[in-house]
Amino acid sequence: MLKKIIAGFFALLMLCGSAFAAENIKIGVYLPLTGQNAFGGQLELEGIQLAHKEAPSVLGRTVELIIVDNKSDKVEAANAVTRLTARENVVGIIGTYGSSLAMAGGEVAEAAKTPVIGTSCTNPLVTLGKKYYFRACFIDPYQGAGAATYAMQKLKATNAAILQDVANDYAVGLAKFFENSFVQQGGTIVANLRYSSGDQDFTAQLTQIISKKPDVVFVPAYFAEGGIIMKQAKELGAAFRIMGGDAMDNPDTVKIAGGAAEGFLHTTFPYDPTMATMNPVAQKFTDLWKKAYPDKDPNVNAALGYTCYMMFIDAINRAGSDDREAITKAIAETKGLPAVTGTLTINDTHDAEMPIGIIEIKDGKRIYLGEITPAN
Amino acid sequence: MLEWFQGLYQSSAIADMTLPQMIQHLFNAVALGSLYGLIAIGYTMVYGILRLINFAHGDMFMLGAYFVFFTTVAFMPAGVACFFIAVAIYVIYGILRGFRRRPSLLPLSGVIGFVLSGLYFTAVKPVSFQLPWPAALVLAIAATSFCGVVVDRIAYRPLRDAPRISALISAIGISFFIESLSVVLFTGLPRPVLQPEWLMTPITFSLGAEKTADSLVRILPLSLLVPCITAGLVLGLLFIIHRTKPGLAMRAISRDIETTRLMGVSVDKIIALTFALGSALAAASGIMWALRYPQIQPYMGITPGLKAFIAAVFGGIGSIPGAMVGGILLGGMEILLIAVFPQLSGYRDAFAFTLLIAILLVKPTGLFGAKLEDKI
Repeated sequence: MLKKIIAGFFALLMLCGSAFAAENIKIGVYLPLTGQNAFGGQLELEGIQLAHKEAPSVLGRTVELIIVDNKSDKVEAANAVTRLTARENVVGIIGTYGSSLAMAGGEVAEAAKTPVIGTSCTNPLVTLGKKYYFRACFIDPYQGAGAATYAMQKLKATNAAILQDVANDYAVGLAKFFENSFVQQGGTIVANLRYSSGDQDFTAQLTQIISKKPDVVFVPAYFAEGGIIMKQAKELGAAFRIMGGDAMDNPDTVKIAGGAAEGFLHTTFPYDPTMATMNPVAQKFTDLWKKAYPDKDPNVNAALGYTCYMMFIDAINRAGSDDREAITKAIAETKGLPAVTGTLTINDTHDAEMPIGIIEIKDGKRIYLGEITPAN
Repeated sequence: MLEWFQGLYQSSAIADMTLPQMIQHLFNAVALGSLYGLIAIGYTMVYGILRLINFAHGDMFMLGAYFVFFTTVAFMPAGVACFFIAVAIYVIYGILRGFRRRPSLLPLSGVIGFVLSGLYFTAVKPVSFQLPWPAALVLAIAATSFCGVVVDRIAYRPLRDAPRISALISAIGISFFIESLSVVLFTGLPRPVLQPEWLMTPITFSLGAEKTADSLVRILPLSLLVPCITAGLVLGLLFIIHRTKPGLAMRAISRDIETTRLMGVSVDKIIALTFALGSALAAASGIMWALRYPQIQPYMGITPGLKAFIAAVFGGIGSIPGAMVGGILLGGMEILLIAVFPQLSGYRDAFAFTLLIAILLVKPTGLFGAKLEDKI
């Protein structure tokens, strides 16, 4: 008898549990909140939470964010997605910062048939051949070509060198696409030097690069490494300009590199708090951010997190249900959605189409120079 | 295979390397190598005495860098500073004269005076000031060595009589614990470190008749300072171990803990002192590292820690001068690899670990290591 009562009690509990789950719409978030990519993950999470505060419900139901830390680790990223899809039963997932992590998580999401919108995973392989993976950003071939075009046309560079982290998919991809585009446009790559994640001493590589006298050195690093590369280059008397990718887009780049950041250029997504003119959504995001985090500058990663959440809300609204397939279809059909990074449209390869922003460090400040479209 | 080597030789940079470049590489090598050596001496000292590979050494290194970050930028309330000085006087006097003895008038009045002025500055007149740089360094080193003693008390002392492998596993565990705790406390965001200008302005001299950009060689004052500090610490450490009473006890412990205990040595105190010294060395190296590569984050200790481990094994683990020589040689070989074979620059870490395996296979005692029994 007692057994039956207990069993009945548990059955009731489980029923209640599923009843509550039906009320809230669960959106999973997997981001690197600890580990070496934590700085990006935390910024993006803050952007997502800001958007969640702004639009806390959809279809008349409350949205619940299930946040899982992927610890900047590929295995943990796959585990995080498994947990979100199998145990939490989310309708969709936002994440992640870092292409390597997104690739690991993407396989699991694909098998679980759950739509994912990537924040800033720019490697083409993330969405290649995937039905359920989308992203709110552009991809590296486009960005690499943008950097090469800028170096060619605006800096009038003919010789370029590359310094890349071989243990990082993002850096390897970006370096390759920069090289292809630069060579196609008639330039020469005079040196291609490598290091692996965790290295802090780049003097040997930089001495080598300096001896080849390039006009521009492309460094597709994360900002912390990029900062000390700039510093060491200056200490060794380098005369070239350094260019980087969107991973350098962080207020701390200048803090770490100090005076050595002067003249540094990097590509990024077309949003920056220093933009001369902002679209209404970007303006709204900037105002919301300043109100929520008064002592922190808004940043493009946070903007992308914000955008991902808003894309989900838009897609769920259009799908009119919390069915995963319907939401996936709605995301794929996203067109002309007003977003922080401009009018957002998802193309055939599941990337968001947008121009490339260029930022220069001048007198210790980040200046948004404008936008560029790649030549090839 | 032969063709591959021929290709490697032909593409090597040795043919077109100029003298200034070679000298520049040499300087880079000494700068990096002496940093490795500085970390390695702490590693090797603890091993020499306890036969314990202290995997938390890299984390003490990280804590040292963080503490100096906080002590140099933070404003120190004068009251807290007074309390610190009072505790410092007590501890130093206690170590010199023994804690049990009745203190003489001068130190006693010093302690009471500083405690009273501490109370005055906290309760009556709260003032704060920015610590001068040397004081910040000393405070950071003291704080790290305190952490080292705590780690020993929590993670190693309960396992003193357990098999050695248990202590090793405990070391790995505490290392992960410190890293994760630091992520929680300090966040994963890399932080910039304050660098004194005079250490970071490169000294430039010309090797050619004319002063062109190609004939210039640059070295940072810091890179000259680090080898001197390393050598000084090696001498100081050798003095402590071979010429003082606690040093004698350390050497006795390295032979036989039980017998040493029977001789009336309070083994736990001496081991705590060993960890305090080892952590102070780790902090000193962490500070120097953070000055050279001014970007600190909770995982910064891993790669340098592993490299220092290789350096220590290379020099003969347990041998303090060996650690310094091993560090300089390892740094030299890493730089040489990149300087001569730029296309192999991505294999730098692989090279370092291959070296470790090779040493363990060919000469496990390293360059200076004696037989296991009488190693210190």
